[in-house]
Amino acid sequence: MIELDHVSKQYGAGRAVDDLSLTIGRGELFVLIGPSGSGKSTALKIINRLIEPSAGAIRIEGEDVRQLAPEMLRRRIGYVFQSIGLFPHWTVERNITTVPELLGWPKAKMLDRASELLTLLKLDPASFRDKYPHELSGGEQQRVGVARALAARPDILLMDEPFGALDPLTRAALQEEIARIHAESGTTIVFVTHDMDEALKLASRIAILAHGKLVQIGAPTELLSAPATEFVRNFIGREDLGVRLLSLEPVASRLRQGETAPGEPIPASANLRQALSEMIAQGTDRLSVIDDDGRRVGALTLADLARS
Amino acid sequence: MTRRRGGALLWSAAAFALILALLPVSRPLFAALFPWLDRPLYEQDPFVSLVADHLMLVGVSSAAATLLGVGAGVFVTRQAGAEFRGIVETVVAMGQTFPPVAVLALAVPATGFGAAPALIALTLYGVLPILQNTIAGLGAVPGAVREAARGVGMTPREILLRVELPIAAPVIVAGIRVSVIINVGTAAIASTVGAKTLGSPIIVGLNGSNVAYVLQGAVLVGMLAVVLDLAFGRLVLALRHWQ
Repeated sequence: MIELDHVSKQYGAGRAVDDLSLTIGRGELFVLIGPSGSGKSTALKIINRLIEPSAGAIRIEGEDVRQLAPEMLRRRIGYVFQSIGLFPHWTVERNITTVPELLGWPKAKMLDRASELLTLLKLDPASFRDKYPHELSGGEQQRVGVARALAARPDILLMDEPFGALDPLTRAALQEEIARIHAESGTTIVFVTHDMDEALKLASRIAILAHGKLVQIGAPTELLSAPATEFVRNFIGREDLGVRLLSLEPVASRLRQGETAPGEPIPASANLRQALSEMIAQGTDRLSVIDDDGRRVGALTLADLARS
Repeated sequence: MTRRRGGALLWSAAAFALILALLPVSRPLFAALFPWLDRPLYEQDPFVSLVADHLMLVGVSSAAATLLGVGAGVFVTRQAGAEFRGIVETVVAMGQTFPPVAVLALAVPATGFGAAPALIALTLYGVLPILQNTIAGLGAVPGAVREAARGVGMTPREILLRVELPIAAPVIVAGIRVSVIINVGTAAIASTVGAKTLGSPIIVGLNGSNVAYVLQGAVLVGMLAVVLDLAFGRLVLALRHWQ
């Protein structure tokens, strides 16, 4: 559990973070979102003391983070940077084992861990282990960046706009890896982004910040169905609100079992927004639905989407 | 590419050793080339010991210059030394406009004749390129890499030793290379203040109008500089293996 208790960060006359209080539960994938200058990155960096707050306290599992030397604290918390920041003079393997090396793990254990993580991030250990960062694509570099952050099995992973600099396809692939790793490992993840779709796709809860203050906090459906202020409504995307709500629900939840429809089918695990898009693309108001094994299990109609 | 450079180093080192070995028995050659000279071969000191003295002078002064230059470069790029950076950089820029001979001449009144003024002058002059390259090399470490080093929990010392210095190493060593090559030449001039170096035959030869002495000293100094330059070239290349 991570608690931010009335945390502020003063810069000159302004406040990057202004009296922010949050409690992030164990195992959450918690997204901090807001426009540029909202203080979301500052708030993240305050958690592992890359930035020291001007006021307030941060507690992890009840323990004030100021009781540890900042370096010791950071070795216990994984961090993924937007700028990636791999060490260019080290191989992929050495980059991944940075923190275990600082912690003095035995060599064999570090090498095993590096292979394990490369496999987890879908990079072939045999061919990637000895490469240098400049030999990798942006997406591969960030996979290594995520592996480096996970190497010492931290309980907490901080991610600062980790996929902001990647192309849409690579970003989508890495979002899926993070969702999978989060589900498998149960690591608490605090994720900073300014991309609402990314937040909706990943988050268990979202905190919306503006001018360093917390504006609204809640599960994705709560934010979409009951935006607290005009700002939130605008930030979520006034015109897209409806389709974004659709993106949170799978086709399976509104399936008409046993019915059929002609045309290209859609998987039951797809979300309703994808189903809507597919209907428009096919010029139909009725889609056939298949399960993971490709069996036809029912149909979905345009009217089903509108019903809330 | 690497192979060809390696070959050049090997060949020039072999040529240098061969000339050094043959010089003591080359009297007939120089007698034939310069028939008007009574003593066509420099024999006051064995050439091997002059090479050893020369290398000792360059080695000691370059090692001291490296310690000073890298040390000062690291200091002014830390938070604690940042305010000295402007002064240090100005001194560096000014220092580079002095010719090495002038530095040598200025050191004599302070220490008298012998190896001491030579060591001081070579060290001081050698600091400049190393300091400059250390500042440039450390400055070129990407901010993202520095931030990551902090973020994964390295101490300032670990950041310097594991990340900053290794990344800056090729640039720093390029500075040491320049410094050493300059000092190989300047050490020869140091014979004017009484240090025994490969410059001794040159100075004696110039004083006594003995072209053969000058040639013998100059060939050895020149080849030594070439061999060292090629060796440093290989070292820089090896340090850049990750680029």
